[in-house]
Amino acid sequence: MMNHSYWQLFISVYKKDVTLAFRQRSEIVNPLLFFLIVITLFPLAIGPEPALLTRMAPGIIWVAALLSTMLGLDKLFRDDFNDGSLEQLIASPYPLPLSVLAKVLAHWTTTGLPMVLMAPVFALLMNLEAQALSATVLTLLIGTPLLSFIGAIGAGLTVGLQKGGILMSLLVLPLYIPVLIFATSAIDTSSMSLAYGGQLAILGAMLAIACVCAPIAISSALKVSVN
Amino acid sequence: MRITNLLEIKSVTCTKQERCLFESLSFFLGAGEILQIEGPNGAGKTSLLRIIAGFARPDEGEIFFDTKPISQYYDEFAAQLLFIGHKSGVNGQLSAYENVCHWLQVHGYKVDEQAYELLSKLGLVGLEDAPVRTLSAGQQRRVALVRLWLNDAKLWVLDEPFTALDKKGVILLQGQFAKHLAKGGSILLTTHQDLTTHFDALKTLVLEYQF
Repeated sequence: MMNHSYWQLFISVYKKDVTLAFRQRSEIVNPLLFFLIVITLFPLAIGPEPALLTRMAPGIIWVAALLSTMLGLDKLFRDDFNDGSLEQLIASPYPLPLSVLAKVLAHWTTTGLPMVLMAPVFALLMNLEAQALSATVLTLLIGTPLLSFIGAIGAGLTVGLQKGGILMSLLVLPLYIPVLIFATSAIDTSSMSLAYGGQLAILGAMLAIACVCAPIAISSALKVSVN
Repeated sequence: MRITNLLEIKSVTCTKQERCLFESLSFFLGAGEILQIEGPNGAGKTSLLRIIAGFARPDEGEIFFDTKPISQYYDEFAAQLLFIGHKSGVNGQLSAYENVCHWLQVHGYKVDEQAYELLSKLGLVGLEDAPVRTLSAGQQRRVALVRLWLNDAKLWVLDEPFTALDKKGVILLQGQFAKHLAKGGSILLTTHQDLTTHFDALKTLVLEYQF
């Protein structure tokens, strides 16, 4: 019998994606390893001068985070598109944006959150100062869900294409620029021991807007792709 | 008593790659009726079903469900629709039981022990917890078809439901069709095989391949 509950839908979609990610652990581990490798490549390329690394650390950590979020994005809707689950979600009596919100949050839990947790360790590799460390973790905590939301719009638009991965990167990376600017500016400010609440507030505002608007945009993109 | 029209297709046109699949197609489907769509490969059967299910927009025309256009009342329509397409929406990594539970939750049904019993009724005893990708094509199809026993949607839209099923499966499925029709539900299906069970309310629609 019908038993309408938005919470049940949300939990079910979220649990499915997280369960699948844990069954294929590479989905969780690969972006994290990629993140680590990109970060370790920089000292090799530009030389291991502590002062130089300290100066460049926020930018490098954030660019590495952007790139590793992109890795998992292509898979976000692809499996569901290929096996027909996406059609079943559209033909469910529940609003599609809610299922999409659950999927994006599941994506963040399996790719963004591990990065936030590992960031302090990786920051050590870059000789990041202690005062900038908390800013790095905070910006990643607010910024990575934002990356998942924005990226999911691109993923939704390109899921119907055979090789949508590269096109999606081209679509999405320019949209990441505002996030990058405010996040790195917050870390820079904090390393000068100044207050960086302003930048965090703007990131937070962007996240709030993305939380509300992105699921609607993603749903429309998916409907176009399924057509 | 006049059969009420549950579904009404009004002068629907669909063009794909500059080839007209069907033009000004109109028909009705009443409560308790089953409509079989026939036609050669490429005649537009799947396209028609996807338009009716609301995944694709027709180039012209409109679909009415319960006299309401589905493009405006899609959520109401979706609550009464059960669609199983070529791609059946079964995830290969999850087990049969997990797949059924997920589908039930996404469509607003309660999850209970019934799902386990049904899986064994459909010949999947002992396979409930194996990842679906390890099952045969016919068994995977059965995992998708369990939904027919677990819904109270009025309209079933089924694209080639008999694909990969064995003879017993086909008979079991048609038995379930009969139950659904007796409850006043309607079925729209495409198939290349003829139905082996006799249905009183069977209508057929033949789509010709158009150049």
